[in-house]
Amino acid sequence: MNVSASARRRPFAAGALLLIALLTTGTAYAVTSSALTPKAAVAADADLISKGKALFTEGCSSCHGLAGQGGSAGPSLVGVGAAAVDFQVGTGRMPMAGAEVQARRKPPVYTQEEIDALAAYVASLGAGPDVPKPGQYDFSGADVAAGGEIYRLNCSQCHNYAGSGGALSEGRVAPTLMDSTPKQIYEAMITGPQSMPVFSDKQIPAEKKQEIIAYINYLQNAPDPGGFALGRLGPVTETVFLFTLAFGVLVAIAIWIGTKAR
Amino acid sequence: MSDSSHGHEVEPVSYRTTDERGRILLGLDEHRSRRTDTNPRAEKRAERQVAGMFVLSAVLFVGAIAAYLFVPKYDIIWVPVLGDVSASNFSIGGAIGLGTLLIGIAAIHWARSLMSDEEVVQERHDLRSSDEARAELIEKFQEGTAESGFLKRPIIRRSLLGAMALFPLPLAFLVGDLGPAPGNKLRHTMWGNKPRTRIINQGSGALVRPEDLSVGGLINAIPEGLVEVEEEEQSLNERAKSAIILVRMNPEELKSTQGPNWDYQGIVAFSKICTHVGCPISLYQQRTHALLCPCHQSTFDLSDSGKVVFGPAARHMPQLHLDVDEEGYLVAVGDFAEPVGPSFWERG
Repeated sequence: MNVSASARRRPFAAGALLLIALLTTGTAYAVTSSALTPKAAVAADADLISKGKALFTEGCSSCHGLAGQGGSAGPSLVGVGAAAVDFQVGTGRMPMAGAEVQARRKPPVYTQEEIDALAAYVASLGAGPDVPKPGQYDFSGADVAAGGEIYRLNCSQCHNYAGSGGALSEGRVAPTLMDSTPKQIYEAMITGPQSMPVFSDKQIPAEKKQEIIAYINYLQNAPDPGGFALGRLGPVTETVFLFTLAFGVLVAIAIWIGTKAR
Repeated sequence: MSDSSHGHEVEPVSYRTTDERGRILLGLDEHRSRRTDTNPRAEKRAERQVAGMFVLSAVLFVGAIAAYLFVPKYDIIWVPVLGDVSASNFSIGGAIGLGTLLIGIAAIHWARSLMSDEEVVQERHDLRSSDEARAELIEKFQEGTAESGFLKRPIIRRSLLGAMALFPLPLAFLVGDLGPAPGNKLRHTMWGNKPRTRIINQGSGALVRPEDLSVGGLINAIPEGLVEVEEEEQSLNERAKSAIILVRMNPEELKSTQGPNWDYQGIVAFSKICTHVGCPISLYQQRTHALLCPCHQSTFDLSDSGKVVFGPAARHMPQLHLDVDEEGYLVAVGDFAEPVGPSFWERG
């Protein structure tokens, strides 16, 4: 009794007591929380991350660094989030085919399972936007006309009024949206891939994003009652088409009229 | 193929100049008969072709009416080269277009292969009129002057000249009335109406807080109170002047601002109106911080006071001084330091 009472008065006693208290709560929490989380899920998660790390080391680390910290050829991936990986790899932009100004859309190299593993690994490097859930980019019932207005305000500058894309500086381009899925459009907005600015859910709320997706979906399915869509790139394309083809035909007819029959 | 029925026309051959080897330098070629002139079967065939095309165009016109009546209005069909088109548009337009084209082709074919093909040269007469005709004109004019009494009646002559002299005067007054002159409207925007104006996200209508904007993010924004002013004035003039873009970058990437600490933690605000000819621009590339104008490719570096890095623009993009008010909303401390948009005469 005496010993413990005197010990309590010693300066180390308070620290030791605190340490014991922390350890006890920590252990208790760890035990309870691991009891609450299904062990299988944790294992699967860890499994996915290690599988992703293996894929990353093999296919991505030469540019992005062994720990995703970035290098001379590629930016750091710490904090870009799972959504960025799902977008870049899912649209085939990553891995890049070679040293280009800009990574272009091409058939994806990895399967969706591999992409999920890569995304899980990159997300484990630092917090970033998560892959959107189907409910987030479900645009059924969204107002297409309202989406058009937000699209023209925020997207049309680069991606063109009809979503067919356009030129940027120094050889870069804003890609066409005609092949983009709702999920990819949502991911591009929240992650801001390459030259594109970020449009987080605080900048454009989720339901407004759904309206934008509804509008792009409308553009993707819009028929051309007059034919000759010409990429819907507007008056320049139409004029070039008319000058080369229609004027050529008119000149040919003029020559036919002007020559003497045989 | 000589012809005497055309009085003023001359034998083509007399117009020909040749070189020493007999090659034609100027003038018409030797007359050459067409196949339809020499071969009756070719003639018959050409005749059938022309008539066939006329008949086919008649059939197509009837077809166009049938297409109008029977092709469903909203059906979309796929046509090679054209892509997905309205079945009704395609069939009606195609039939009328092709029918008209066939009439034209048949007419030309008829003229080229069946109508007379004699080469004729028609002489042009001199441009100058004959001396008699010129003398006659002068005589008529003098006769008219005398008959009108223009010289004999000074009161009419002078009053007419007076009326003609005053005719442009009302126009001069109307031209002077173009305006009013813009005054200082081109020099100020709504951001200067009151100090510390809050900023509205144009897409969502919400007031902007700094934490709303991610690094690499962009917001198209307008001043608080703009919508009310627009409703009162029934005009978009204020919007045209005060539209801005807000972008956020890592503070260490920010090289300079137009005033000391005009950014707020890496958030910068710039006018959206190009200083070249006034196109609204928000074509911002977040990795290079380049703002590109799609009209003439003027490019501004938003991380370096909005300076021009490429293109025809002569002035940097005007910047707003940003801060945060006591409630945590992003505010513009005051107006732009210079007029926004393209240059104008009195700008200086």
